[in-house]
Amino acid sequence: MSQPTIGAPIDRVEGPEKVTGAALYTGDYTFERMLHAVVVTSTIANGRVVSTDETAAREAPGVVEVMTQRNAPLVNAGKQTPNNSILFLLQNDRVEFDGQPVAVVIAQSLEEATHAARLVRVEYEAQPPQMDFDGAERYMPEEIFGTPAAYRRGDPQAAFAAAPVCVEQTYRTPTEHHNPIETHATIAQWNGGRLTLHDSSQWAFGVQRRLAGVFGIPREQIRVIVPFVGGAFGSKGVPWSHVALAAMAAKLVGRPVKLVVTRPQMFAWIGHRPQTEQRIALGAMRDGRLVSMTHDVLSETSLSDEFFEGCGFFSRDFYPVDHFAMSHALPRLNISRPTYQRAPGEATGSFAMESAMDELAVELDMDPIELRLRNDAQRHPDSGKAYSSKHLRECLLRGAERFEWKRRNPKPRSMTDGRMLVGLGMAAGARETFRSEAKARIRMDADGSVVVQCGTIEHGCGSPTVFAQLAAEILELPFERVRFEFGDTNLPEAPLAAGSQTSGSVGSVVVEAAQQLRAKLAEVGGRVPAAEIELEVTSTPPEDEEYATQTFGAHFAEVAVDPDLGEVRVTRFVGAFDCGRILNAKTARSQLLGGIVWGISMALFEKTRYDVRTARVMNANLADYLVPTNADIPAVDIIFIEEDDPHVNPAGVKGIGEIGITGSAAAVANAVFHATGVRVRELPITVEKLIT
Amino acid sequence: MLSKHYRRGARSRGVALNPFAYAKASSPSAALTEFDGERGARYIAGGTTILDLMKIAVETPPMLIDVNALPLRSIEVTGDAIRIGALARLSDVAQNEILRSRLPFVAIALEQSASPQLRNMATIGGNLLQRTRCPYFRDVATPCNKRAPGAGCGALDGENRREAVLGTSEHCIATHASDLAVTLAALDATVHVTGLSGNRDVALYDFYRLPGDTPQVETSLEPGELIVAVSLPVLSYGARSTYVKVRDRAQYDFALASAAVALDLDASTIREARVALGGIATIPWRSPQAEAVLRDAPATRASFERAAEAALAGARGRGGNDYKIPLAKRTLIRALEIAAA
Repeated sequence: MSQPTIGAPIDRVEGPEKVTGAALYTGDYTFERMLHAVVVTSTIANGRVVSTDETAAREAPGVVEVMTQRNAPLVNAGKQTPNNSILFLLQNDRVEFDGQPVAVVIAQSLEEATHAARLVRVEYEAQPPQMDFDGAERYMPEEIFGTPAAYRRGDPQAAFAAAPVCVEQTYRTPTEHHNPIETHATIAQWNGGRLTLHDSSQWAFGVQRRLAGVFGIPREQIRVIVPFVGGAFGSKGVPWSHVALAAMAAKLVGRPVKLVVTRPQMFAWIGHRPQTEQRIALGAMRDGRLVSMTHDVLSETSLSDEFFEGCGFFSRDFYPVDHFAMSHALPRLNISRPTYQRAPGEATGSFAMESAMDELAVELDMDPIELRLRNDAQRHPDSGKAYSSKHLRECLLRGAERFEWKRRNPKPRSMTDGRMLVGLGMAAGARETFRSEAKARIRMDADGSVVVQCGTIEHGCGSPTVFAQLAAEILELPFERVRFEFGDTNLPEAPLAAGSQTSGSVGSVVVEAAQQLRAKLAEVGGRVPAAEIELEVTSTPPEDEEYATQTFGAHFAEVAVDPDLGEVRVTRFVGAFDCGRILNAKTARSQLLGGIVWGISMALFEKTRYDVRTARVMNANLADYLVPTNADIPAVDIIFIEEDDPHVNPAGVKGIGEIGITGSAAAVANAVFHATGVRVRELPITVEKLIT
Repeated sequence: MLSKHYRRGARSRGVALNPFAYAKASSPSAALTEFDGERGARYIAGGTTILDLMKIAVETPPMLIDVNALPLRSIEVTGDAIRIGALARLSDVAQNEILRSRLPFVAIALEQSASPQLRNMATIGGNLLQRTRCPYFRDVATPCNKRAPGAGCGALDGENRREAVLGTSEHCIATHASDLAVTLAALDATVHVTGLSGNRDVALYDFYRLPGDTPQVETSLEPGELIVAVSLPVLSYGARSTYVKVRDRAQYDFALASAAVALDLDASTIREARVALGGIATIPWRSPQAEAVLRDAPATRASFERAAEAALAGARGRGGNDYKIPLAKRTLIRALEIAAA
């Protein structure tokens, strides 16, 4: 008999390849006759291209072609939908943001293409860009992601006016860029009318569909291969302009073309988390019970495209309040289109709401944990459904115990360590667990080994490991006897690897496939078959879920603040999470740890700094766009509140990818308030906000 | 002796750069001769600044002269000075025992510079010539008088959170980035230079130039001149010195404000003090004003506060960097408190 594998902290199967440098990422591939493309980007944010002089570039060594509006293949740049942005494919002369592609240089080597790209001279007619929320064209979309952008239940205004205790504040979060260590990359090859793409993507099938639209060909004529992805975090959820530009360039020159996005270009046409301004009004009874909640959000979007950060959804779906309203309005700025970034809506919304709850706790003179416990929803506040499982209370209590919260003197500036002010802060959070249809193929070979195939991807979360674990468990095989294959549109279709949905979606189809194979084997007496057995399975979530499915978390941060110099360092962090069944304790911990680190980063470091006069990013590199170093991250203690959830999905798992960053920034901000008495309502919390 | 690898126009397999020639010098005189023959050539030692700037097209030298083979790595104690070869790596210098005991603030400044990887490559000579992190200097699509004289200064009314508040002009407010140089300013170190017209010694005080209306001129080096060594006078009271650096994150970050101080204490009275500030000025900023306030003053918080006021008396913010004025004062007070303790 095999060892039970589910939950075991098994090392990721591709780990040795990755740490020895043997693992191949898109940019590592090379093909015969392959050329290299480098994108030239606009240096104005609003206006049009008047002329492009590529003479010098064409004469530079190694240059094969320069693609501009003049010779670019005519394609369909498309209309935006929630899952697709408008692409900038050299089809017209309009410039909407700084960093928009205006030409592509194709050369024998990357170095020659880079050099020649600098020789392309572009003349513009420029107008001042719009970068202020005030004065920007502003609109409220009816809905986004299929959900109304504005929503109301009860009469929050009247309830607020009548509430004995109130908090009303505005919170701000800046533009943040994802910056996975592997920048985006695409290799395009045409063979007749068929296109093969290697692409660093979270969704091979999404790229396939989008490019089919761009080139007006059936999607069956496009194959997308996604090798290992070196981080994505939402930035690779939709194909950006360079994917189509690589394919256009390959078409133009009739050879394979590789296009690797540079680090500065990661701040150009690749999406980012939008800047937000969030007004929150809370009304509560003296006992802490919330009676009114309003969450009004401004979320920047681009000139012609639509995306918003659904901050209000966090509040709508977390706290039980009879009188609630939210709205999302979108000022249009001269920026590239914002996009999903880890916990879109929840990361930013929880910063604002969980800061406001901390402010309410101060107003009430109540422990902030107690305030959460008194507002712990027993049914989903929006849908009214029962939860498939909910252990927020245990997260709060066990996290507090591990963190030794009881040592906290609630008075701000009351705790010190030598010269330093010490602050303890907490926040809570929830995130919806989604699931989409997924397909898989499972095969047992005559030697008894099993291969599971699904066209999902591996972007660092451990999918080939945990899905092999799931199949091995059901088939009662040693883990090593199961191999998981992924990353190709020639494999059965998988959904977008985002929204914390992969383990639930792909995991469910893997479970069902393994169960069906097991049943087949039982028919032949449970023996290894003489010939291979292969099955294809589709797992579809029910139309109307019976239960509300959410993951929950509680974050506890300790900070030390230099009272004179304003430096903030996080000294301890505890996170307690209810994520259903844990498939692999090691990869699960890593996911939550990564989310917490990012929450600390969001609280203290990250901000894309524009010159607002020109709308140009002035810190488009990893020395000036700050992310934490090892020295900035303390030991992080992660607790799983584990319980079998029989209702959530066949895999029994709740999403784990985003709850780590949902609430963690607020926990740090609340700790800073506790340490200093200064409430910083605009991220990041930098020195100047604490000393002046 | 020179070995040359001219690759102009040839297919390069290196990093993505403009075409350039490369020569390796084995003696200072060979380096100088090579420099003389190629207008716009640049020396390369650790490469931690020049390669970055070439990748972003801020520097486009036709030739790099590699000086790493020059015998300029030793660290020697000569009389009352520590002489550090220009090619000594930051990490090696930071480990020098005499430096650590006699002039600890230099070692602290080195250890708080950059990252371990960079400190293993970067040299003392190169650090003194480190270029500013001003985002306008480093972005060829924006105006910068330092990079393109007469183009204007994007930082004056732009994204200027990290720009300088002392030593600025209407043409340039770029902050000098070095930590090490702040301690060398406090020490008034001597820079030993060689050029085609011979060797000379330059006091650190004379080495850096304020931007004025020629921000492109950063030092008093003549074209082609090569730093061969730096001499640090071993202050009799150098053991009572410290360097305080305030930054956004705990490691691998440039100073928002820093202070290098050394105190000569007689019981609780300051006989003499050395004070220099970093992260807030266009050059490593020695403050004779603060030193004058501290001379013969009691080593008290009140004295330190007066010194800080004197040091920042002429400071001027441009909005995003206004906070640096109070921050620099507090940083200096903190450094004085630590040194006096």
